[in-house]
Amino acid sequence: MSAATEPAIRARGVRKVFASGGREVVALDGIDLDVAPGEFVCLLGPSGCGKSTLLNAIAGFSLPSSGQLTALGRPVTGPGPERAMVFQEYALFPWMTVERNVAFGLEIAGAAPERRRQVVEALLLKLGLADFRDRFPKDLSGGMRQRVAIARVLAIDSPMLLMDEPFGALDALTRRSLQDELLRIWAELEKTVVFVTHGIEESIYLADRVVVMTYRPGTVKRIVPVNLPRPRDPASPEFNALKREVTALVMEEQARHQADEASPTAD
Amino acid sequence: MAGSAARLFRSLVVPVALLLVWEGISLAGWVTPLILPSPTAVAARWWAYLTPMEPFEATAGPWWRWALSGELPSDVFTSLMRIAVGFAIGAGLALPLGLLMGARPLVHELFNPLLQVLRPIPPIAYIPLAILWFGLGNPPAFFLISLGAFFPVLMNTIAGVRAVDAIYLRAARNLGAGEWTLFWRVMIPAAMPYILTGIRVGVGVAFIVVIVAEMIAVNTGLGYRILEAREYFWSDKVIAGMITIGLCGLGIDLGMSRLTGRLLRWHRGVEG
Repeated sequence: MSAATEPAIRARGVRKVFASGGREVVALDGIDLDVAPGEFVCLLGPSGCGKSTLLNAIAGFSLPSSGQLTALGRPVTGPGPERAMVFQEYALFPWMTVERNVAFGLEIAGAAPERRRQVVEALLLKLGLADFRDRFPKDLSGGMRQRVAIARVLAIDSPMLLMDEPFGALDALTRRSLQDELLRIWAELEKTVVFVTHGIEESIYLADRVVVMTYRPGTVKRIVPVNLPRPRDPASPEFNALKREVTALVMEEQARHQADEASPTAD
Repeated sequence: MAGSAARLFRSLVVPVALLLVWEGISLAGWVTPLILPSPTAVAARWWAYLTPMEPFEATAGPWWRWALSGELPSDVFTSLMRIAVGFAIGAGLALPLGLLMGARPLVHELFNPLLQVLRPIPPIAYIPLAILWFGLGNPPAFFLISLGAFFPVLMNTIAGVRAVDAIYLRAARNLGAGEWTLFWRVMIPAAMPYILTGIRVGVGVAFIVVIVAEMIAVNTGLGYRILEAREYFWSDKVIAGMITIGLCGLGIDLGMSRLTGRLLRWHRGVEG
């Protein structure tokens, strides 16, 4: 199996059922999706469309109820460092300094101290964290924390980055600069990225393909390829045409979400 | 600068006023010194209690040993040693058990009913058993102090492990951490704010229990000394001993507070 033909992620008929208050909620149903190595894919949809559930399944935190899910040719059976996750809540270890956070994955993998130092040093520089190496996470802004979280997963050199609304809690300017930084890193390091967001513009700005998901049960509604050269200009007519198309798709699902919330049977 | 001087002044107003009133009452002869000795008498007694009983002799050993040869330094040392040993035993048992009970629901189910029944029994209530089991001397004191330290450390450790945010565990697993790494590198540090609270409370209880234990089971230490002084009607020495106990407690708590601040400087609740 050559790396060029084997998808980084392959989902076939992935279904996920949760028990919620005595009822069964089908969070994901019939998900078929291939992500090519080095591809940047965004999962887009309203709250409750199962995009985070799908990401958690790929990460191995919460396995599918049925269907097949493979990553790098192997069935997903649990979390692993080859599928590194960046969380919306950063999930930095607050008792460790920036430097120790970044070094953690290498440390537990038993990397030699010299190599560890070099890798951490390079990442601190790459992400503009060198002056903050001895700070604790509580003393950093949200944007800086997310840089540390990105450096932390880059340190273990995972071929895949799974990102769960990583920039959702940031202000618009910080978000844009982190998006650009992520694209730079992605292009340089040739990572496969699966990026969950409910930001329509964000998804078109970043992704090779935008996977629009349906509201409950979460299925793939449509996959929209974004064939615009990077860096993309959100003010350009092409960008806006795509944005109109994707917005229409997402708003159909948002309407179903709202109808569901308004109905008395919803919890 | 002026602000801190003013603060110092304000913090001294009430204690100084109290001392003056107390001295005034004693000077006026309203109360017999047996019931309430004057502050100056207490201070004089405290000084006598603190300083060496023998004159200095260069041949007997280094000067600092002589300087610490008074009754009070030796009592303080003895009491602190008992706290240290008793606390080490109590916390040394509570910490691993608490970590296990917090991390493993089965262990919690097995031990929790027993602990819930034992926990409300004050360590003081174990005194008769302690003497029956261990006789007199240090062993019953160690037993009582370790009991006093055990439960605060245990309960806080359990709570701390249970309160560890699942996202840290997820993140660590995702980075490739195994169960062992998770336990040592994630759970314990994440639970540390609770554990240190338990240790601080445990040391406080150990300090209370050591005084009581010394009144019952031994004939050295601060607790024994104030009881002995009462038998001779040395009320000035009783109060001097009490003040020493207070100062030791304050010192221990300040030390714990600084240690906690140092270890938890990453924590949100602590000022950087």
